Amino acid sequence: MEMIHIALPKGRLGEKVYARFKAAGYPCPAIEEENRKLIFENPEAGVCYFWVKPSDVAIYVERGAADVGVAGRDILLEYAPDVYELADLGLGKCRMCVAAKKDFRDNPDRTLRVATKFPHIAARYYSAHSRQIDIIKLNGSIEIAPILGLSDVIVDIVETGKTLLENNLEPRETIVPISARLIANKVGYKFKHDQISQLCQKAAEPLQTKI
Amino acid sequence: MDTILRPDERAGLALRELYHRRGYQPYRMSKFEAYDLYVRNKSFLVSENVITFTDTDGQLMALKPDVTLSIVKNAPPAGGALQKVYYHENVYRTSPAAMGFQEIMQTGLECTGSLDLYAMGEVLALAAESMSLLNRGDYLLDLGHMGFVTGLLEGQEDSVRKELLAEIGRKNAPAIRTACAQAGIGHSLSEALCSLALLYGPPDEALPQLKNLPDRSGVQSSLEELESLCALLKDRGLAENLRLDFSIVNDMSYYNGVIFRGYLPGLPSGVLAGGRYDNLLRRMGKQGGAIGFAVYLDQLERLEKAGELDVDTLLLYRAGDDPAAVARLADSLAEQGKTVRVERNIPQGLRYRETVRFGEGGQG
Repeated sequence: MEMIHIALPKGRLGEKVYARFKAAGYPCPAIEEENRKLIFENPEAGVCYFWVKPSDVAIYVERGAADVGVAGRDILLEYAPDVYELADLGLGKCRMCVAAKKDFRDNPDRTLRVATKFPHIAARYYSAHSRQIDIIKLNGSIEIAPILGLSDVIVDIVETGKTLLENNLEPRETIVPISARLIANKVGYKFKHDQISQLCQKAAEPLQTKI
Repeated sequence: MDTILRPDERAGLALRELYHRRGYQPYRMSKFEAYDLYVRNKSFLVSENVITFTDTDGQLMALKPDVTLSIVKNAPPAGGALQKVYYHENVYRTSPAAMGFQEIMQTGLECTGSLDLYAMGEVLALAAESMSLLNRGDYLLDLGHMGFVTGLLEGQEDSVRKELLAEIGRKNAPAIRTACAQAGIGHSLSEALCSLALLYGPPDEALPQLKNLPDRSGVQSSLEELESLCALLKDRGLAENLRLDFSIVNDMSYYNGVIFRGYLPGLPSGVLAGGRYDNLLRRMGKQGGAIGFAVYLDQLERLEKAGELDVDTLLLYRAGDDPAAVARLADSLAEQGKTVRVERNIPQGLRYRETVRFGEGGQG
């Protein structure tokens, strides 16, 4: 039997996802040991896991280095990779929001300055609302942009809203709800169809029974 | 001969031979077409960017990004007799990965005119045989039919159809349900679209499941057409690598009827794409139908491992050796079927199987 190559996002979400896969019958003891390895195989369960940067998961899957992977919907909307989106794992739930300083008043006459890590999502959202904007692409610490007057608003992921609150910001509009998605390479999905659809079914199952 | 041909060149020759044997005529075109042709049919192109230049008479010209448009443009206006052609041409396109224009070698065929079941079956069989030929039988040919989604989405607004088509292409059931709910599409239709998008399997397993689809205009006739085509392919022994997949969808304003893609293991995207595009013909004011496919040969280089050796034999001689005698030795080595490189010093980085030193071992 051919192995399924699975790209996991490094970090908290990745660990939750691995726990879900493990419970679904795809354990890999090597991954649970403390070490610095990046690739872990369990031929018995027919899986090979590897950790990659969360924003790179979609690239590994799109290019076929991984058959399947788990990526946040934010990444999928931003990069629009040519992959199958097989299931909503219901993990890592949060939302893509527009946030601003508490005392910020929007003036529709002016071009809105938007700081974000997600320029495509922001551009699509405002173009759907026919609003002219100026996008400021940042790579981190987005919350600081409105405080320093770099931007009027930010478009970013909001989980609990705590970081926003501590920086005197508040969420204004929700653009889209976000959660972790199981994605698959389009060709890998075909050649390993039975294994991948089985994995997808088992990994998404706990969610369906919960609802 | 085989050893000096690259995989894409070998495949290009074999494919042309295959199409030629089925009576398809070669189609040659110039590198340039009037830009106008592509502007009018922008969304038919894989990538909308085109390299343009001004011709000597001031007309805006383009390096061809596509061959099908030219073939259809030159097809006879009335249906009737079929036009069967094949081509092997360079096209110029952009891809997001290349960050610029690329020259891509493309081989394919088109069949236009009053199409019937035989003609469609022949094109599909040639697509299957092309795939088989590229990778010694290890391939998958996915077959879908635009008639199902077109029928199920009839009457919906353009933007809704576009969004649903994109989500069907991603096999994204949750998003299909959300989009349907937003557009006010009922539960049974929404579930039908989901099961259609997720369906994947050999015809024997997948065809019966299509019978449960709501009976809308075109759905029944599409199913019958698909069944007959699958039976035709099976009869020719080409059904084993055939899979049905209805997540292959394309612009409805050009494509109708069957649509198919070919995949090879290890290549992350498809190498063959084709379908029926009567609507393009109609847009160009012609009668009848059109079906065809293209094989993207540029990807094949990934299939083959790089050769380990540059030459079999490195023949070394010294200053003062008789050039005629060195040449005679080189000739005799080459006659044994070896590739020979003749040098005075060992070239850096050259990979070779054996070294022969001139004057040692009794020659010269």
